[in-house]
Amino acid sequence: MLTIKDLSVSYGAIHAIHNVSMEVKDGEIVSLIGANGAGKTTILHTITGLKKANSGSILYDGTDLQKMDPSKIIQLKMAHVPEGRHIFPDMTVVENLEMGAFIIKNKDEIKQKEKEIFERFPRLKERRKQLAGTLSGGEQQMLAVGRALMSSPKMLLMDEPSMGLSPLLVKDIFNIIKEVHKQGITVLLVEQNANMALAISDRAYVLETGNITITGNARELLNDERVKKAYLGQ
Amino acid sequence: MSLLIQSVVNGLNQGAIYALIALGYTMVYGIIRMINFAHGDFIMVGSYTLFYTIPLMIHAGMPPWLSLFVAISVCVFVGVAVEMIAYKPVRKAGSMSALITALAMSLFLQNLAMVLFGANPKSIPAIFTLPVLEFFGVKIQSKYLLTMSIGIVIMLALSIFVKSTRIGKAMRAVPQDKQASTLVGISVNRIITTTFALGSGLAAVAALMYCSTYPRATIDMGSMMGLKAFVAAVLGGIGSIPGAMIGGILVGIIEIFVKVYIAPGWYEAITYGILIIVLLVKPTGIMGKNIGVKV
Repeated sequence: MLTIKDLSVSYGAIHAIHNVSMEVKDGEIVSLIGANGAGKTTILHTITGLKKANSGSILYDGTDLQKMDPSKIIQLKMAHVPEGRHIFPDMTVVENLEMGAFIIKNKDEIKQKEKEIFERFPRLKERRKQLAGTLSGGEQQMLAVGRALMSSPKMLLMDEPSMGLSPLLVKDIFNIIKEVHKQGITVLLVEQNANMALAISDRAYVLETGNITITGNARELLNDERVKKAYLGQ
Repeated sequence: MSLLIQSVVNGLNQGAIYALIALGYTMVYGIIRMINFAHGDFIMVGSYTLFYTIPLMIHAGMPPWLSLFVAISVCVFVGVAVEMIAYKPVRKAGSMSALITALAMSLFLQNLAMVLFGANPKSIPAIFTLPVLEFFGVKIQSKYLLTMSIGIVIMLALSIFVKSTRIGKAMRAVPQDKQASTLVGISVNRIITTTFALGSGLAAVAALMYCSTYPRATIDMGSMMGLKAFVAAVLGGIGSIPGAMIGGILVGIIEIFVKVYIAPGWYEAITYGILIIVLLVKPTGIMGKNIGVKV
């Protein structure tokens, strides 16, 4: 579904990503784990065009994403839940969801989607008229996921969804990812919380200072000595 | 009593003009954090358009106010062209470059107008021929009531547009988070262009209102009015749409009341004085929110 080949990205003179190749198949949950600053977010940003690559290719369902205007990528049914949630703080919860459906012009369809999101996240329904900036961190993360789901994506890119959340909420968020996946959405998950990420993933890639060093079945990586030592604190 | 009511009407009329101009400053600032110093000059462009097209309308047997639509088209064209040709290329170069480019555009438009239209002021034909109304002994120019109402209706329409339409919401979303806006499918560049188009269109309406009150077009008319509308936008809280409306109406009313009741020569000093006091007490302006500037 998503194939990245020999991707290199730099910020000025600093090389952030070197010749990274990875693949996400239809229906998988794939996680990309690694320490802070390894370049995980950069890869996601390059996929959705927020950052331009120096070389390499990114193919999504046969479309070369690098040739696309970043604001058009969501029309290919790929949604990106950015790191730090990036909700619209001065808009209400409902308005945030409506913005998630910006590419949909049919009002009934938007209402229907909104209903589905509120069923999934009853908490957001309670706060529908509240400004998003006043929500708690967990609620904001739910809103960010809800907003991405408004466009009925086939693939979801999630960047550090557990960041800054309490252990209980982290569990909730991972349950949400599992549920979303069960409904047939392919997930590419970027996480520092390797334990949780590997537990729900099919496959994983380990990124270290811009290079993919380890890759394989998520279950196997959970028992891999190198991964255990570096990322699982064992 | 009669003087008071007349002053209120004049103040609201003047204030509505400032408010419409202030909206242009504030919307553009809200979206790209740039003060468009050429915005005032769009009013000059609109006024000269009125000067040249009103006789054509009269000649064709049509009501002169139809020129407004020509003025709106010309102003929108000039506004969007200025944005695309001058501002867009320097958008990533930092706020100082943008500011200097805007000042340069203002001078460019004024000097271009001088070359095209000459330095002499132009007298604009009457746009509305309406009677003087008399309520209980109070005489009010009904054209003031009309222009004031046009201003208020347009501001209400704009508020509804920004509050509830898809594009209006996108206009609010982009300044809050450009990255998230892009990810949900909003073309940020297109929204910026739309904002310039709207702001310039409002400037054309302000030109019509101004010219029906003070029927004279000069090359530098926009810079002075623009400055006061800019003060209004800052007073109300730059970046805030309701703030621009409140700030504009306040500045208009203060100006007329000082002229009538205190000392005609002092109105600018007092307007700027009030701005300084408001900024000392509340640096973000009346409706402004305290947003930390990211370094």
